[in-house]
Amino acid sequence: MTLPLLTTHNLTKTYPGVRALDGVDFDLMAGEVHVLFGENGAGKSTLISMLAGANTPSEGKIYLDHHEVVFDSVARAKAHGVYTVFQEFSLIPTLTVAENMFLGQEPRMGILVDHAEMRRRAQEIFDELGFPISPTARVSTLSRAQQQMLEISKAFHGDLKVLILDEPTASLTEREVDHLFHFIERQKAKGVGIIYISHRMQEFKRIADRITVLRDGAKIGTVEMAGTDEAALVEMMTGRQIADIYPTIATTPGDVVLEVTELATPGVAPSSLSLRRGEVLGVAGLVGCGKSRFFRAMMGLGPRRSGTVHLNGHDITRLPTREIIRAGLYYLSPDRKHEGLDLAKTSDENLALNVVTSGAPVKRGWIDWRRVRDTVAGIATRVELPEDYRARRVSQLSGGNQQKVLFGKAFGQEADVYIFDEPTVGVDMGTRAALYLKIKALAEAGKAVVVISSDLPEAINLSHRILVFANGQVSAELPRTEASEDTVLKYFFTESEPVQ
Amino acid sequence: MSDATAPAQVTPRANPIKTLFIRVGVLPFFLGIALVVFSFMSDKFLTGQNLMNVARQSVYLVLVSLGQMLVLVSGGFDLSVGTAIALTSVASALSMTWAAGVFDSVFLIIATGILAGGCVALIVGLINGVGVAYFEVSPFIMTLGVSSVGAGLALFMTGGIPISGLPFAFGDTFGFGKWFGVPVPVFIAVICIVVMWLMMSRTTLGTRIYAVGGNIKAAHLSAIDTKKTLVLAYVLCSLIAALTGVLLTARVESGEANLGGTMALESIAACVIAGVSLRGGIGRVQNVVLGAFFIVMVQNGMNIARVSSYMQMVLLGSLLILAVIFDQMRYRMIMRGA
Repeated sequence: MTLPLLTTHNLTKTYPGVRALDGVDFDLMAGEVHVLFGENGAGKSTLISMLAGANTPSEGKIYLDHHEVVFDSVARAKAHGVYTVFQEFSLIPTLTVAENMFLGQEPRMGILVDHAEMRRRAQEIFDELGFPISPTARVSTLSRAQQQMLEISKAFHGDLKVLILDEPTASLTEREVDHLFHFIERQKAKGVGIIYISHRMQEFKRIADRITVLRDGAKIGTVEMAGTDEAALVEMMTGRQIADIYPTIATTPGDVVLEVTELATPGVAPSSLSLRRGEVLGVAGLVGCGKSRFFRAMMGLGPRRSGTVHLNGHDITRLPTREIIRAGLYYLSPDRKHEGLDLAKTSDENLALNVVTSGAPVKRGWIDWRRVRDTVAGIATRVELPEDYRARRVSQLSGGNQQKVLFGKAFGQEADVYIFDEPTVGVDMGTRAALYLKIKALAEAGKAVVVISSDLPEAINLSHRILVFANGQVSAELPRTEASEDTVLKYFFTESEPVQ
Repeated sequence: MSDATAPAQVTPRANPIKTLFIRVGVLPFFLGIALVVFSFMSDKFLTGQNLMNVARQSVYLVLVSLGQMLVLVSGGFDLSVGTAIALTSVASALSMTWAAGVFDSVFLIIATGILAGGCVALIVGLINGVGVAYFEVSPFIMTLGVSSVGAGLALFMTGGIPISGLPFAFGDTFGFGKWFGVPVPVFIAVICIVVMWLMMSRTTLGTRIYAVGGNIKAAHLSAIDTKKTLVLAYVLCSLIAALTGVLLTARVESGEANLGGTMALESIAACVIAGVSLRGGIGRVQNVVLGAFFIVMVQNGMNIARVSSYMQMVLLGSLLILAVIFDQMRYRMIMRGA
C-alpha cells in the first residue's frame, strides 16, 4: 500500500449561513485519476478551489507528501506543484498564446523578454501535448476549445505533482477529448495525481481510477471505477434512483408553425427546416459545426446572407430580434452569464423582466406590479425554483438553479416556437430531469421545441426528429426511430470543406 | 464558483450594518459623519434655517443627478451635463433677448427661451445617445467630446460675456418666485422627483433602462430595443439638465457660458454615493435625491466652517473616489452574497 500524494482532513468551508463543504476527507494517489462527482452545489468546486489556493478553508487541513501545506494563494499552490485548470479561463485575450503561457515568468535576456525562447518553449509543450495551437496567435482569435487547451498547457512548465481539471471537456469535440485523455494517461504514467471534475459518466469511465461522490457539501463515499456501474453512482449522487431521465414525449404533430427556406449565414450553407406544433426537433453536431449559428441567424443574432423565415405564415426574416421574439420565436442562450441573466439581480427580478416586456401586465405604459409578482410566483413554481432562492441574487445560485431561472424567463414570454440552445450545460442530473419535463410539457401543449445540444443522448432522446450539422451544413435529418447514437455520430463527420 | 455558495445548511445571520450597506450603499454612513462633524464645527449648521437653505440650494444638483442616474443605470455616464446647462442658458437667454424684440407678451418671450433651451439640450442628448448606442463610442469619449464641443459653442456664441436683459418676470418667477408658498425651483424639483420615481419603478421604460444596464445582451434577448432605450436615457438626462439650466439662468438673471461647470463631477459623485452602480443596472431615485442633498450639505457645511473653495474641490474629489471604492466593495458583497 503506497501512501497518498495529497490528503485532506476534515476540510470545511462555511459562508455566512451556508456550509459549502462539510468535513471532507479526501485522498489522491500518485499516478491516479480521481474523479469528483456530484450535482451542482454538492461542493466539488469548493473543494478544488481550496486545493487550488483560490479559497482558504474555514477548518481542516491539507497535506501534500505527508506535510501540512497552507495554500493561501493560487501562486503558492502552483509553487508546490498543484495546478488547477478552472472552468473560467484566466487568459488575456489581447496577448498572444505564448505571452499568456509565460505570463509572470517570461524567459528573459537581461531585462528584455526573450520572445523567441518563449515561442520555442510554447511550441515544444504544444508538440508534446499534441495541441494544434500557434504560439504567435492572439488568444482572442482562438476557439473556446483551443483556449481550454491553452489553459491546460499552462500547467506544463515547472514541476507538476497534482493536476486539477474542472469540467475540462465541456467545450471540446470528441477528437479533442481523445487528445486530452491520451495526455492524461501520459501524466498518470509520470506519477502525476489528477483530480477530475465531470458530469459526463460516459467520458470519465474511460480514465477514472477512483471516484469520490459529494452531495450537499459532504462526502458520500469513494469507490473504485472498476466494478461500479452508472446506476450506483447516480444513486449515490442524488440519493435517489433515476430510472430514466428522458421523458417520453407524445407525438401529435399539428400544423407547420416555422418554415425556414434556404437560410444562410457566415459559416452555414443555405439550409431549410420546417417545424410543426407539438414537435421536438433535436439538433446535433460538433462544437463549431454551425448548428447554433444557424438558429442565431434565424433570431437576428447573426447576419443573414439569404433565405427566408416564416412563422405562422408571416415573413419574419428581416425583423430585429425583439420583434422576432414578440412574433413568437423564443431563443434560450447557452451562455447564461453573458447573454442570459443579470447576475447582480435576484431570480425574481430576472424573471420579472420578461413578464414585463411581454406586455401582459402593462396598461398604457404603467406596470401592474401585483400581476407581475403573481406571474413570477407561478413561473418559479413551474420551473421548481426553491422558494428561498427567489429573492437571492442569481450570482449566488448554483448552475442548475441559474438554468432554472433562465428557463423561467422563457415562460414569461408567450411563444409558439422555443429554441433551447444547450439547455443543460453544466446542469446536474436532478435539474436536467426537471428541465426535460418542462420541454415535454411545452411540446404536449402544442408548442414547437428545438433542442440544440452537444450532448448527443440529450439531442436524440428528447426529440421526435434529429437534424445533424457538420461543417456548416445539414448532413442528415432522421426520424427518432432511425436515430441511434451510432448512426447520428456517423453524420458528425463529413468530407466536405467547411463553409465560410 | 457557483457551487461554493449553494447552501448545505441555511442559517441566516445578518449583520445590520452590512445589510444596510448592501441595500443602500455608503450614503447613510457619510450623511451621519457629515452631520456630526459639521455640527461640532459650527453651531449655525444644524439649524432649521440652514437646512432649509441647503434644501433650496440642492435643487439644481438634485435635478441633474436624477438625469445622471438614468444614464448611469443604463450602464454609461454623462460628462456633458454641465455643458448642456451652459448651452441651455446661453440659448435660452439669446432667444429671449431676440424674442423681446418680436413679441409683446412676456409669456411668449419666456416660452420661446425655454423652448430654445430644450431644443438645444435635445440635440445634445441625441448626439450622445446615438453615438453611444448606434456607433458604439464609449460613453466616456462620447460625452467628453460633446462636452468640449458644447462648451466651445457656448463661449463662441457669447464671447464669454454674460447675456443680460432678460425679462424681469423670468427671474422673478423661476429664480425667486413661489407657487403655493413653495419656491418655484423646489416645486419643480419635487414634481421631477415624483415623475422620475414613477418612471423608474412603474413604467416599462424604467424596467428597460435597468435591464439594459444590468446585462445588455440578456436585455436584447428579452425583446428589448436596447439602442432606443440607451438613446432615451441620454436624451432624458440632457433634458433634465436643460431644465436645470433654465432655472439657474433665472436665478442669475443672465445667460452664462460658465454655468454648471462642476455639475458632471458633482452629479456623478451624488449618484455613486447614493449607491448607483457604475456598472449599471442598480440605483434608486430616492437615494439619489439624498445623495445630491448630501453633497450640497457638505459644501454648505464647509462654507460655514470657512473652508476655502479650493480645499472644497479637494474634498469633493476625494469623496467621489472614496464612494467608488465603497461601491466596488459593495458590488463584490452583492455578487458573493454576504
